[in-house]
Amino acid sequence: MKIAIASGKGGTGKSTIAVNLAYYLSEYKDKKISLLDCDVEEPNCHIFLKPEIINREKIFLSIPDIDNEKCTGCGKCVEICRFNSLALVKNKIMVFPELCHSCGGCWLVCPEKAISKAQREVGELIDGKSYSLNLTYGKTRIAEPMSPPLINAVKKWGKDFDIQIIDCPPGTSCPMIAGIEGTDYVILVTEPTPFGLYDLKLAVEVVRKLGFKFGIVINKSSHNDHLIENYAKSEDIDLLAKLQDNRSIAKVYSKGEVILEKLPEYKELFKNLYEGISSN
Amino acid sequence: MKIAISSTGDEIESLADQRFGRAKGFIIYDLETGDYKYNDNLQNLESSQGAGIQAAQNVVNENVEAVITGHCGPKAFKVLSAAGVKIYTGAEGTINELIEKFKNNELRQAENADVEGHWV
Repeated sequence: MKIAIASGKGGTGKSTIAVNLAYYLSEYKDKKISLLDCDVEEPNCHIFLKPEIINREKIFLSIPDIDNEKCTGCGKCVEICRFNSLALVKNKIMVFPELCHSCGGCWLVCPEKAISKAQREVGELIDGKSYSLNLTYGKTRIAEPMSPPLINAVKKWGKDFDIQIIDCPPGTSCPMIAGIEGTDYVILVTEPTPFGLYDLKLAVEVVRKLGFKFGIVINKSSHNDHLIENYAKSEDIDLLAKLQDNRSIAKVYSKGEVILEKLPEYKELFKNLYEGISSN
Repeated sequence: MKIAISSTGDEIESLADQRFGRAKGFIIYDLETGDYKYNDNLQNLESSQGAGIQAAQNVVNENVEAVITGHCGPKAFKVLSAAGVKIYTGAEGTINELIEKFKNNELRQAENADVEGHWV
């Protein structure tokens, strides 16, 4: 089973929920659990889990490499490129590799077979063990705008695990969609603030449009929960769990520790969360 | 000789557009004949990235020898320079005023992009 943890807004507690859900599940010794931190621009799960690193791998993106001997300047590659990463000037192709999404259109349409694949490094995949679970995360190269290839590499790494928890990047654009793609369930983590609600609505629009099963977790739950609850009720969305905004949780979090390890009384909450998802 | 001016409208009296890649459109003006036409830039206004590159490609395809615009970023600058197109930034006023200034050598040719790229 693949469970994505996403949100519209950043800082709502995706990693907190992801780490503790994975930790909770790792206590089921008969299942292999992997936490895949796909928030590759700012991965945080390893700070809580402090894994023993086992593998490191550079991840590359294929970009066009033009053979000027063979290129006739017909411009078919420029025409098909939806990402404006090619230009034809004075019968020569200019490549802007940082804009290339590696869709492969250019090397397919080139009638002269003048385009081969060069590699551009987008970041690093890091894999390790912590407690009785596996943690894999990606780290984008500094200034790298293209995170989906790295996100996909991290997800692929976890494919043989029984339960995969995917901590997604915030937002509702390509990186978030790369994170939730192919998962069985999306947990949308929000906070009970107008900002949390606004961005939650955007995320709900995305997961609905793409046909995912999903539910909501309120983190930093407070007297303002009605903001989210009223919305969930009116939209008929499952409210899976609420994690309180309290000092004991905040203390554990701020030390970079796993909540369930220090405050086992919250195990029940994650048990209910998991059961709520798997009954769906 | 043809020149391109980023424009907020399709008239010779229209105001120049400060943006290059995401300009509303371009007036392509022929200095010999005084003829002009307007090419809208809708495709690039709506593109998620690389608007400067594509807009530069489009004006290069018009065989212009100079571009007059408000600001020009590094990627558009690279494409235009590779094509040997001269770039004049800091454009203010209407298209016909700018054409006159260009004819009188009153515009300053840019040696570099004058704004940052929006992507990386």
